[in-house]
Amino acid sequence: MMSAVRAQVLADLRERISSIEGEGAKKAGCLPFGVAEIDAILPGGGLAQGALHEFAGGGSGTVDGAAAALFAAGIAARTKGQVVWCLTRPDLFFPALAQAGLHSKRVIFVESDKEEDVAASMEEALSYGGLGAVVGEMVRLPMVVSRRLQLVAERTGTIALVVRRWRRQTEANDFGQPTAAMTRWRVSVLPSEALPVPGIGRPRWFLELMRSRAGECAEFYVGACDDKGRIHLSSGSGHGQDQAGRSRYSG
Amino acid sequence: MPAAKAQAIFRGLMLVDADPAADAMELDRLGFWALGHYSPIVAVDGTDGLVLDTEGADHLQGGELPMITGIVNMFRGRRLTARAAIADTWGAAHACVRAIKRDTVIVPRGEIVRAVEKLPISLLRLPEKVVQDLRVLGFQSIGELSNTPRAPLALRFGPEVGRRLDQMFGRMNEPIEPIRTADLVEVSRSFQEPIGAAETINKYVGRLVVQLVAELEKRGLGARRTDLIVHKVDNTIQAIRAGTAKPARDIAWLTKLFRDRTEKIEPGFGIEKLTLVAVSAEPLAQEQKVSSLVEEENSDITPLIDVFANRGQRVYRVAPFASDVPERSIQRVSAVAEAVEEGWVSHWRRPVRLFSRPEQIQAIAMMPDYPPATITWRGKRHRVRRADGPERIFGEWWMRPSELEAVRDYFVIENDDGERFWIFRSGDGVGPETGSHKWFMHGIFA
Repeated sequence: MMSAVRAQVLADLRERISSIEGEGAKKAGCLPFGVAEIDAILPGGGLAQGALHEFAGGGSGTVDGAAAALFAAGIAARTKGQVVWCLTRPDLFFPALAQAGLHSKRVIFVESDKEEDVAASMEEALSYGGLGAVVGEMVRLPMVVSRRLQLVAERTGTIALVVRRWRRQTEANDFGQPTAAMTRWRVSVLPSEALPVPGIGRPRWFLELMRSRAGECAEFYVGACDDKGRIHLSSGSGHGQDQAGRSRYSG
Repeated sequence: MPAAKAQAIFRGLMLVDADPAADAMELDRLGFWALGHYSPIVAVDGTDGLVLDTEGADHLQGGELPMITGIVNMFRGRRLTARAAIADTWGAAHACVRAIKRDTVIVPRGEIVRAVEKLPISLLRLPEKVVQDLRVLGFQSIGELSNTPRAPLALRFGPEVGRRLDQMFGRMNEPIEPIRTADLVEVSRSFQEPIGAAETINKYVGRLVVQLVAELEKRGLGARRTDLIVHKVDNTIQAIRAGTAKPARDIAWLTKLFRDRTEKIEPGFGIEKLTLVAVSAEPLAQEQKVSSLVEEENSDITPLIDVFANRGQRVYRVAPFASDVPERSIQRVSAVAEAVEEGWVSHWRRPVRLFSRPEQIQAIAMMPDYPPATITWRGKRHRVRRADGPERIFGEWWMRPSELEAVRDYFVIENDDGERFWIFRSGDGVGPETGSHKWFMHGIFA
């Protein structure tokens, strides 16, 4: 009896909170990763559409942002429609993104000279609506800017992906600052999957979900994007130490 | 040089009578062409030049330097010689383009004095008689003339000398009276009281766009280049140009393009007239929108591309280009170009970041075809744990003869931390003619 009442109250509260949060967020739905363990952690069972998500690399990846960019490209590849990619440093090599399933006809690059223009371009693209995803590579993401992007994304239901990329590795502690992003991820490279022969297997990443609104943080060992932009949970699952030990003998 | 003297120097010289009237007509035609392509304010300058006010319009050509280089190359393609200069004032540009023996000259902002002080006074656009008399007095360069007290000059030659100098140095404003053709679609609005507030400007721009669209609709045209010309009370003109990637006749779309940039308008003492001109228009037929029960995805993003382009940002897509050399295998194409279906045909993994210039590294490797054991890049040593390769790429001798023997051997390497790099050795490791055998870092994998 008691538990029935409690369930009723909780359901009621959830309803009220979601109505406060606004209609847009509910309507837009989610983009699942297709990996049960990751989707179970994320509220709604995937990356929320119509929201801002933040990615950064770890270690030297804070400067080159290669893994973070490919992870974002894999997500963009699994959306439908055109993708707008805003950047200031045009050193992205598209064949790599094409190998993650993002076709070149779907992507429009907007290259600006100034860092601030990236955020402005992203906001413009998000407010246009009807796009699959909007990706921006930027150094700073202040609270006000992230809040604006989040609100516009909520209104149109377009997914906004920000790839943080710093000039120096020491600047990257900025990643701890609060932003309005729905989720925040750190993608660090790991030694690739061991092959029975000399050579480099499928790249592996250490994926940290550092912040998730109304959800829990988590860490995963995953294999990098395949040709459809999907990641998978690394079969070697275990811990970094295990993996290092094994590759010492096989490599 | 008199004709008789020229005939004495060159045997069989062909003489053609000068035809100033025809020249002027052709110059006018050139002016109309420039009006449609480069700038909203174009006028004929002397007997042999055009003057363009490109402020607020050069971004459509990718900036000032690409714009004038493009103009000069366009003429060169038709076997004509043209020279172009950009300066803050009409006078300075007029002098520089005629005096400096280079195809393109850009005088940086605020550098007019340095650019023109050594130039002869004949470039001041003064009557021939005045120039002769000044020479008699010993004046040779513009710098000398501008350093002389004005009053005695004005007493002898009238105010013209001082006026031309002031115009050249930007101390006095010199409006350009733009040329116009009859078939331009143009709407304008004059104000009894000068306006200045941003909201008021926005309001009237919105109304002008509605009128312009109605006019375009009547003629079955769509605008490609639209200019907003602002006449201010102090007799200065400011122009804002907006370009669209496809012919446009959509009120909301055009209004957005101009509203984005009304902040660039400096009303000064007030605006007395606003003019909206579609300088370049293309046929645009009526189009029927299919209504369907299924909610369709809005896939036409041309308006969005126009917004970016008019803000001066580079908008492009990338497309494959048939080349084995990595940095040549991609090309930038227009954002509204036809979608290219094919992708890159390669099963080799490619790096996410590619350096525009490969960086030289130190490597310890067994020749000829082993991957390095360690590399040193940017002062940091990386031990190579695993590697893939070599992937051999040959120079494109059919396009560049110097690459006949050139070879690059690419390796994917992974260090202890799992960072993956794309490195190559210039040369095949055997023949010295294939390359320097130095190692380079070219990209970073995810």
